[in-house]
Amino acid sequence: MLGLIGKKVGMTQIFDERGVLTPVTVIKFEENVVVADRNEEKNGYNAAVIGSVDRKKKHVSKPYGGQFGELAPKKYLKEMRDFDESVSVGDVLGVSLFKDYAFVDIEGTSKGKGYQGVMKRHGFGGGRSTHGSKFHRGLGGTGMAATPSKVQKGRKMPGRMGGVKTSVQNLRIVKIDEEKQVLMVKGAIPGPREGMVIVKKAKKK
Amino acid sequence: MDLIKSIEAQQLKENPENFRIGDTVKVYFKIIEGQTERIQIFEGLVIAINNSDVRKTFTVRKMSYGVGVERIFPLHSPRIDKIDVVRRGRIRRAKLYYIRERVGKAAKVPELIRRKDSKKKKAV
Repeated sequence: MLGLIGKKVGMTQIFDERGVLTPVTVIKFEENVVVADRNEEKNGYNAAVIGSVDRKKKHVSKPYGGQFGELAPKKYLKEMRDFDESVSVGDVLGVSLFKDYAFVDIEGTSKGKGYQGVMKRHGFGGGRSTHGSKFHRGLGGTGMAATPSKVQKGRKMPGRMGGVKTSVQNLRIVKIDEEKQVLMVKGAIPGPREGMVIVKKAKKK
Repeated sequence: MDLIKSIEAQQLKENPENFRIGDTVKVYFKIIEGQTERIQIFEGLVIAINNSDVRKTFTVRKMSYGVGVERIFPLHSPRIDKIDVVRRGRIRRAKLYYIRERVGKAAKVPELIRRKDSKKKKAV
């Protein structure tokens, strides 16, 4: 799997090669460094560990900082199983990695919405607001009567919404700017601006 | 945010806005049909300019066989070849949506006529 750690910068619109105004999300890549190269013999599987955004050695704990060896400690770390390209520790990767691909998958943490009702959280229909209706945004019944006389597990109810890992698949790459280390994909991606996202090559294309 | 500004700046055309609201313009719009490319002219009255930067658009209204047709063009679109001003209009508001309700002569915008001497006075 080919992937990098990026930062969501925000959204804008650009004219694509056909002159059509396309909504895009701008993703910026700080230096992506290969921190560890895991192989079959030693680790039992193949993977590359990629780190991004430097931190000072004094700002990280010794066990965490130790794994970087000579390299500067990184804020974000991500292990990519079966990395498509052969890399060695210390290699710096950039957007050019995605040059030959048309689509990517993006993984991020969605914006937290707090404690939400069932209509927003699960898309329940709700009830009528007028004409004497006393049922508005509630969830209605949650189960049967005497048998089983309990609520089934997994029942959709109000609760915390957002702030969880979310993936978006098959986003078209509209533009790659190697000078600015910027990738532009069509459409929206999870998370707030400045949020960390993982960009991978599309799994299903 | 500056990164987004710099990306948008690459897309901007230099001084594409050579018209004002109330002007009658000819928009030379490139149409791509498979392999061939041709230019279509859309002539009408500019009734609105919306948004800013890359998102800036203008609305052109014309009467086509008795039916009002409005088209919104992105100002910085690479598909706009050029924009010619046919006639300047004298108007008193920023959006000319009232034109939609008018028929015939009432739907016209008077022409803007600049007096020559008033220009000279300013120069002196």
